[in-house]
Amino acid sequence: MIETVAREVGRARPRKEDAHLITGQTNWTDNISVNGLLHLAILRSPMAHARIDRVDVSAALERPGVIAAFSGRDVAEAMGSLPCAWPVAEDTVVPDHPPIAVDEVRYAGDPVAVVVARDRYTAADALEAVEVDYTPLPAALDIESALAEGTALVHSDKGTNRCYDYHSASGDYEAAKARADVVLTRRYHQQRLIPTAMEPRSVVVTPRAASGDFTLYSSTQIPHVLRVLLAVTTGIPENKIRVVAPDVGGGFGSKLQVYGEEVITLVLAKRLGRPLKWTESRSEANVATHHGRSQVQDIEVAARRDGTLLGLKVSLLADMGAYLMLLTPGIPILGASMYPAIYKMGAYEFSCTGVFTNRTPIDAYRGAGRPEATFAIERIMDDLAAELGMDPVDLRRHNWIRHEEFPYTTIAGLTYDSGNYEAATDKALALFDYDKLRAEQADRVDHADTVRLGIGVSTYTEMCGLAPSRWLGEMRYAAGGWEAASIRVLPTGKVEVVTGTSPHGQGHVTSWSQIAADALGVPFEDVEVMHGDTMLAPHGMDTYGSRSLVIGGVAVHEAARKVVDKARKVAAHLLEANEADLDFADGAFSVKGSPEARKTIQEVAFATFASHDLPDGMEPSINAEHVLDPDTFSFPHGTHLCAVEVDTETGAAHIRSYVCVDDVGKVINPMIVEGQLHGGIAQGIAQALYEEAVYDEEGNLVTGTLADYLVPGAPDLPEFVSDRTETPATSNPLGVKGVGEAGTIASTPAVVNAVVDALRPFGVQDIRMPCTPERVWQALRSGQSGQSGKEASA
Amino acid sequence: MTHISVKVDGTTYEDEVEPRLLLIHYLRDRLGLTGTPIGCDTSNCGACTVELDGTAVKSCTVLAVQADGSEVTTVQGLAHDGELTALQRAFHERHALQCGYCTPGMIMAARDLLREHPHPTPDEVRHGLEGNLCRCTGYQNIVRAVLDVSEEEEVTA
Repeated sequence: MIETVAREVGRARPRKEDAHLITGQTNWTDNISVNGLLHLAILRSPMAHARIDRVDVSAALERPGVIAAFSGRDVAEAMGSLPCAWPVAEDTVVPDHPPIAVDEVRYAGDPVAVVVARDRYTAADALEAVEVDYTPLPAALDIESALAEGTALVHSDKGTNRCYDYHSASGDYEAAKARADVVLTRRYHQQRLIPTAMEPRSVVVTPRAASGDFTLYSSTQIPHVLRVLLAVTTGIPENKIRVVAPDVGGGFGSKLQVYGEEVITLVLAKRLGRPLKWTESRSEANVATHHGRSQVQDIEVAARRDGTLLGLKVSLLADMGAYLMLLTPGIPILGASMYPAIYKMGAYEFSCTGVFTNRTPIDAYRGAGRPEATFAIERIMDDLAAELGMDPVDLRRHNWIRHEEFPYTTIAGLTYDSGNYEAATDKALALFDYDKLRAEQADRVDHADTVRLGIGVSTYTEMCGLAPSRWLGEMRYAAGGWEAASIRVLPTGKVEVVTGTSPHGQGHVTSWSQIAADALGVPFEDVEVMHGDTMLAPHGMDTYGSRSLVIGGVAVHEAARKVVDKARKVAAHLLEANEADLDFADGAFSVKGSPEARKTIQEVAFATFASHDLPDGMEPSINAEHVLDPDTFSFPHGTHLCAVEVDTETGAAHIRSYVCVDDVGKVINPMIVEGQLHGGIAQGIAQALYEEAVYDEEGNLVTGTLADYLVPGAPDLPEFVSDRTETPATSNPLGVKGVGEAGTIASTPAVVNAVVDALRPFGVQDIRMPCTPERVWQALRSGQSGQSGKEASA
Repeated sequence: MTHISVKVDGTTYEDEVEPRLLLIHYLRDRLGLTGTPIGCDTSNCGACTVELDGTAVKSCTVLAVQADGSEVTTVQGLAHDGELTALQRAFHERHALQCGYCTPGMIMAARDLLREHPHPTPDEVRHGLEGNLCRCTGYQNIVRAVLDVSEEEEVTA
């Protein structure tokens, strides 16, 4: 046993990451410059669907400062087809996806040609000289009609816009429904969202032509995965590619991708033998960086009159966009197990149909499938409560897994290791002053106040820590979900932690330092954390799916444990004692009963470095690596409560108070955890009230800039009141659960539930997101929802 | 080409520039002052905010030639001899940044805000920063950081 004194874990340490970020000493990919660097610009399709009849780059090549220009056909062979790693069903339709379109463009923004020039202005200018002839083709722009007979086909060679059908069932839903007193059916719409990390994507490739080596810098979440897939896609040997994720300015899933631009820049740097840079503008990003959500959710719940849930049936239409990117088909399936959420029930049916449309491809966006699932179940729980005349909190209490019932295997087949929904909810209700707000709400109804109050509830859970490799294999995902960490104790006693996670704002350097400092008993300041470079940190699976702490952070802890085990052998030898007689505390080994006989881990490290007097046969190193493949997911949960004031004359919805109590297990750094929740909640509120990727009838993205796509600013968001309960995960030695996506998963239904709750007296049953003043006003005027959900049958 | 003379973070630069060159590209690509990033192309995000003669501007909407004869201060010109400004310290201590991409612009905008309103209310801080977008923090800790500085007796943001 290691006895560690918890000096660092649990402390609100300001971050090590900040120093260079607050002084502008940053290393964003676009900051990187090398001698002879050339700039690459991409001409993109202005049409949603068209045949390419001719691409002529000759006029562009004549411009001064233009080094090269290519059509898709010129480079198709070298670039291959972009990979999809998650064909969820055996017969998933996986279309060819050339990084630069060859015969057809399939969404507005599809690359058509590239220009390489001496500077970015010259490259952008030269795009104007590229001539392209298109024959417009009819486009499929709507998931609800894309499968109808006669609809234009996104990939005509596939003969269908259906990408896949996925189905799972547990228990007998139809029997449950037959026994139900109430069956409630709803159709919810997950609008298309643009992830909008503040740093636009950028790629720099520096080739060393003589040896055929390439270094690719990219604003990516996944340098390790990217390296493998760049090799597979381009045929360049993996060991000739080094991928570096320098400072990365946010990702939210949008940089969990193998992008065409990464392939294009690599292949052209190879072809030209020159260093190349591509950086997207924001308006380019809005069409070229993958989008998120975009699902139609049919959900039906069967319940008894007393509120007892009997069964749940979910049927999704999931937008794939024009092509399958890295995880596109799997995103809705990540939510498949989450619809039953924290509730007990006897039957569950899930199905999902993936649908191609002539729009920007869909892929992971913060939460990836789980926010959609949580939205649908938490929305329908509030609707069911209204239908039954129950308080929505009471309805949840009646159905949720009680804390003494853990571990609990849900109807979806997941085993939740721990949780305490009662504690989190009670704390949230008290902070929110729930009863008082309910009284005020009733009072406003009584007085026919023009400003109504609505209260929204969201008692979410999520599966964090993507993911056990076996589970991924069963789900037809192409790779595993392990994570690696190695720890080196240097001769001077300083410590280097090498992690396979690839942070882009999450604060891994600080949190991993705290974990390592405690496990090794060394000062926080003595720990350096290295990441995001396949040469420096060659072994990793990167950062997404709230996996980094639960897998990568625990791997750091386990690697430290191995270091201590090795150091113990050296210390025992030096102290002439049995290993079993040594205590390890505060970074020092001491002999039980004679505490003055001690060796610090730093002394052991130096003794190992010198290697003059090691135990016979011992390898002269106390460094260690640990690769952790988790057995299961972790399941954070929490209760979010939102009070919204809705002006019935203008339709404006204003968040008056927002309270969240989250249980993310053991907390390494409470300040970082709070920050993750704040940002997550903000993104969830953004979906509820502000953001939507809007296309016109011809398939042009109308919300193509930040002037049209409404990322909320500081005045658009409330002050959040946040607190925690701490129920440790039992599935890992740190008791941690993960926090990156929790806020986003929880907040969207809390807000929409509140808006709808304010308007129920007017007969409003649903409002499509985002709940803009116009939509709220129209819902009020029509006195019913903007959707076609059936009334409950009794 | 047009001749310009601009003092950036205390150093005077003389250059020939295209009239269309944006100040942000001049700073980043010509001077190599990459501490100020670019987040959009419609002047909505504020990531590129710098000070031009003491007033915050979005450097993607200013031409380099418009800065001729002016003084520009970027985030790289704030700390001296390793001594952070009060705002930089507060951003660090309050965890007012995560990925840090909006941070240079946010700090420059907050300086401007505190010059105009040395003791703002939380609401005034939120409205004062409405031209700067952050995708990571939900703004709460940014507001806290700015308020921290405003509560210090001498505003040395």
